[in-house]
Amino acid sequence: MTGYTEKIREIAARLLTEGKVDRVIGFRKGTVPMMNQPHYVTSPAMAGELIWDSHCGLNLANYVTDRKERIGIVAKGCDSRNLVTHIIENKIKRDQLVIIGVPCTGMVDRSKVCALVEGEITSVEESDDAITVSGNGFSKTIAKTDVLRENCAVCTHRNPVIHDEMVGEPVAEQTGVDAYASVKKVEALSPEEKWNYFEDLISTCIRCYACRNACPLCYCPTCFVDESRPQWVGKSQDPIDVRTFHLLRAYHCAGRCTDCGACETACPMGIKVREFTKKLNKDCFELYGWEAGLTLDKRPPLDVYKTDDPDDFIR
Amino acid sequence: MKNLLEHTGIAPGRLHFSWISSAESTKFVDVVKKITEEVKALEPALNYAKTEPKVN
Repeated sequence: MTGYTEKIREIAARLLTEGKVDRVIGFRKGTVPMMNQPHYVTSPAMAGELIWDSHCGLNLANYVTDRKERIGIVAKGCDSRNLVTHIIENKIKRDQLVIIGVPCTGMVDRSKVCALVEGEITSVEESDDAITVSGNGFSKTIAKTDVLRENCAVCTHRNPVIHDEMVGEPVAEQTGVDAYASVKKVEALSPEEKWNYFEDLISTCIRCYACRNACPLCYCPTCFVDESRPQWVGKSQDPIDVRTFHLLRAYHCAGRCTDCGACETACPMGIKVREFTKKLNKDCFELYGWEAGLTLDKRPPLDVYKTDDPDDFIR
Repeated sequence: MKNLLEHTGIAPGRLHFSWISSAESTKFVDVVKKITEEVKALEPALNYAKTEPKVN
């Protein structure tokens, strides 16, 4: 992954100089360690502001929704799948995009790193498979595989599915990982235990909607949570309202979620909100053999009717 | 829909789906009767009911 930053800068500068795109969307260094910010680059001189490391957990496809100009966009595997979903859902045209593909070896979960050290982390160095964090009086090197985000640890689509440029050679895809292990664990519980599991999971939710804002699928002009006439869901901290929000948010992602993990990365309370969407992903895979965003040629299963659609829940 | 609700702890047998034409009055009655019986047989579901708003 070393060298990606230079390559991204070079491609961005070239695209802008040649006038192929009006802006490039990528990441720049955040003001806090391990929190990179999405960044618009509009001139070749700005290309040097772009970077790439293991803290680019947000999903840049979120920033192309309904844009009218030509855009160069840096995309790791999951971002590219969300770009496919965007194109399928007519939120952007393919010919508006120059996709700068980034083969990805996973993003780091900041909270996992913070839990491993005492004191505040002030700087982070990175090599190919390890990161070194340091702060006042300490320095620690951690293997990247130990602190990967959970969705990255079980990811089987690390390479971009569509791209116009590539910043490096494709990486080997992971094999033998069980993408749905966490769902299966919950499935084995009794209804009451399941209820309590999710009650506990979302008990710290502060209804900030960071998960929704970070999600490239959530682009409605007025979100159901903001609507007041009619008011679809209670706005309070009542556990029932919180649960209803999380359920509805998940349903809106059914058959569309690429498990990019931006929701969890954005959550300030560290809630595993993927536990909801992951179940729907598993259902979609088992019922329709569908994983979102892999191809431009097929319509999503909830978009089309087939006579052999599973219907054993209807009587 | 059914799968995720049951996954998050709504007891199986509470949520039912059916496709009934406006001309199928007898089917409507049958389905409603059956659902009512099945749901009555379960304990009352109190967990997904909002009583009073939580005030911090």
